[in-house]
Amino acid sequence: MAEKISIVVVSGERERLQMAAMIASVGAVSGDEVSVFLSMNSLQYFRKGAAEPAPAEGAFGKLLEQKKAPPFKQLFQSAAELGDAKIHPCSMAVDVLGVKPGELEPWVGEPMGLTKFLSDAHGGQVWSF
Amino acid sequence: MSERTVIDARGSFCPGPLMELIARLKFAQVGEEFEVLSTDKGSAADIPEWLKKVGHQHIDTREEAGVWHIALKKMK
Repeated sequence: MAEKISIVVVSGERERLQMAAMIASVGAVSGDEVSVFLSMNSLQYFRKGAAEPAPAEGAFGKLLEQKKAPPFKQLFQSAAELGDAKIHPCSMAVDVLGVKPGELEPWVGEPMGLTKFLSDAHGGQVWSF
Repeated sequence: MSERTVIDARGSFCPGPLMELIARLKFAQVGEEFEVLSTDKGSAADIPEWLKKVGHQHIDTREEAGVWHIALKKMK
């Protein structure tokens, strides 16, 4: 029973990025068809080599850093490489942030517009973080 | 019984142990057996659930001194 799962990530806070990455990776490796749309405050972390930790929203986010939870970028990468998840930056966010081609991690796909994302998401589950 | 490859994911939190397992399974042969070591109780419950969903064989799970040993066989 493969599901179609579309995940919109707009937050730049660690807990939300972590939860989005957990759902994307576990869904993708379980045979679900996962697409992730990165926009607003989330996009900055997907520049190549961006290592600056996302700020914690609360106490749990601080714990995530201390304990050995897999970093969210690594989970998104696993989702793409092990589970074939499609991860796309929002074309509007790419323009606003001034991201040039090739500046994002290699497992992040081409910029995508909302029309395409919405038509792909049609009839499936939509999650937002 | 064939030799089991141990995947030591102790200290990692969900879904770290599952991802480590999947990365190894991808390049394994059908019929190969693995044993995942995890200190994360959530993963001890979730990995068998994943095996069932995807169609690999869960051989058994046992706990020893706070470490879960999840044995499995790649089926496809």
